[in-house]
Amino acid sequence: MDSALFPAGADRCSPGKFYGWIVFCLMVLGWGVLGALVCIVLALNQTAMNDYFAFGLWIVFDLAVIALGAGAFFTGFLTYILRKEELRSIINTSVIIGFICYSGAVGMLGFDIGQPLRGWFGFWHANVHSMLTEVMFCITCYLGVLTIEYLPLILENRKLNQVPEFHFMAHNMHQIMALFAGTGTFLSFFHQGSLGGMYGVLFARPFAFREGFFIWPWTFFLFIWSAIASGPCLTILVAMITEKVSGKKLVKQEAISLLAKISGWLLATYLVAKIADTLYWGYVMAPAKGLTLASFYREGPYGMWLLFAEIGIFGIIPALILTNREARENRTLLAIAAVMNCTGICINRFVFTVVSLAIPVMPFEKFASYFPTWQEWSISFGMLAYGCLIFSLSYRYLPVFPHEHELNAGSGHAHAHAH
Amino acid sequence: MNETQFRLKYGMVIDLDKCVGCGACMVACQSENNLYVRLDESDKLRSTTWMRLYRINNGEKFPEAKFSFFPRPCMQCGHHTPCVSVCPATATTVDEEGGIVSQIYTRCIGCRYCVAACPYHVRYFNWWDPVFPEGMEKSLSPDVSPRMRGVVEKCTFCHHRLMKAKQKAAMEKRRDLKENEYITACTQACPTGAITFGDLNNPEHQVAKLAARPDAFRLLERLGTEPKVYYLTKHDWIRKLADNYLPEEDFRNVKKQKH
Repeated sequence: MDSALFPAGADRCSPGKFYGWIVFCLMVLGWGVLGALVCIVLALNQTAMNDYFAFGLWIVFDLAVIALGAGAFFTGFLTYILRKEELRSIINTSVIIGFICYSGAVGMLGFDIGQPLRGWFGFWHANVHSMLTEVMFCITCYLGVLTIEYLPLILENRKLNQVPEFHFMAHNMHQIMALFAGTGTFLSFFHQGSLGGMYGVLFARPFAFREGFFIWPWTFFLFIWSAIASGPCLTILVAMITEKVSGKKLVKQEAISLLAKISGWLLATYLVAKIADTLYWGYVMAPAKGLTLASFYREGPYGMWLLFAEIGIFGIIPALILTNREARENRTLLAIAAVMNCTGICINRFVFTVVSLAIPVMPFEKFASYFPTWQEWSISFGMLAYGCLIFSLSYRYLPVFPHEHELNAGSGHAHAHAH
Repeated sequence: MNETQFRLKYGMVIDLDKCVGCGACMVACQSENNLYVRLDESDKLRSTTWMRLYRINNGEKFPEAKFSFFPRPCMQCGHHTPCVSVCPATATTVDEEGGIVSQIYTRCIGCRYCVAACPYHVRYFNWWDPVFPEGMEKSLSPDVSPRMRGVVEKCTFCHHRLMKAKQKAAMEKRRDLKENEYITACTQACPTGAITFGDLNNPEHQVAKLAARPDAFRLLERLGTEPKVYYLTKHDWIRKLADNYLPEEDFRNVKKQKH
């Protein structure tokens, strides 16, 4: 029915199956839109946030997806700037994931601020001393860059590409993609850092505060490092899931292996830095403020287990798997390591966002708990559904995987719609 | 600490041993600054109280159990004011005339980064549209603008009173205000005189004399925020609850090290 729109030489599942999935995604997305409307009309009292938990599930989600979306800029940097040609097999996937993560995060931030119509004040009345100003500028600009990177892929849809203007535009954009990859790397580098800086500069919150280099607290560098260590793993994971669901080989093994190897070594080195940071913070910085490492982890459910989970289980284990050639060549182990790496970064962002605020600073202050309402969950799951929607549509109608035809040439079904 | 210096530095000294916990300061503040009250204010995590009275205890059992009160207005931090430096939209500033931290409600985008930055919990987000019970709108102060939903608000040291006092002084061709010509609503309302307000830079002012006392201390002083609100107490257990100390630390020595 819609096969004329498929990438040349590719076959896809039946429209019934595909649109059934799309309807499911739309339903979840619709639930998210409902939650968003309720929050906009009735104000943010619809969430479980309060004056103690100024940030909640949404900011955790935003930070996590932005970190995981770092696969886009980093893979772009490796492909176009460092000329790792084997990654061309997976670069489109990383760009789409990046676009989904960033557009979703920007959308969510729009609901999260109390006065969405004043969102532009951050640009107009910009406070250059605020890390959040830098985040706002860079995320918005980088979303523009990601849109430019995604656009030629859309124009390469088989039908759209028959329009000469679209064809040449896509072609020319590909020619200058290194320029955008470079711009994206610069922008991404800074806002990943600024997101970490946002917490590191909170000098009156000893849980989050870090010293650093010049104006940048150590969290600035740790956030960049952890984002580029985990982002490629989400790219690998999405590629593997797509391969599993479609039953086809889509990405060259060398691309996956290279990305996994880079991710592994970045994670391993990041962990060394993170452990050093944790020790310095816990044993030098905290005592100077009359606190101990243990005093940070005794509140409610936020015990030491968080530190062990983040650094030990979801840090060291995936790092060991990914840095070991034999282990990462095993697809099951690779998938497990990728999931664990992504989980680790989510825990890290959760800790900085929620636990930072949950730890009372005044000794007579009490611990307050927070659990998100359905409105907060709905918008978060709506964002996931939006991601599935964009990626599924892209996979069906756009040439996301340039080596799909080549990799499936012998299997038979790749020729079903070939001309 | 390199605190930002201004000619005038308005500050407060609260004598905790004089505080009886009556809550008059809170009520006066609510009324003076047009704080709306919802029918159900049981959720204290969303209850807006610019001046908040904490009830503290020494954690002991009878007969050693002791309790006291800890009034907490905005500390008007003087060094690298935590909330001011983080605001992306420059919606909060430190006034150069007196060092008061003020909030520009019509510019606040409601991102709540300042709420996260403040360790004293003095910043409140408007989770609801302000609705005043019928009749209460007649008692609203015309000097203070009510805040819309979705913005952050905080104690301003009754900044509008400063404006009024300055206008009066200008009419009388005076540059400087007399002591007690400008005081906050909580200072005025306190029945035991526990709160003293004035210019910390003026050695003639009572507030400056009290703040200079060796037993004067500030809340979470070790963080280096340089609050303009000082506290007095003779009780060590209260003094110790004002900051974080390691088990082996003696709070008296910690203070000596600093100065």
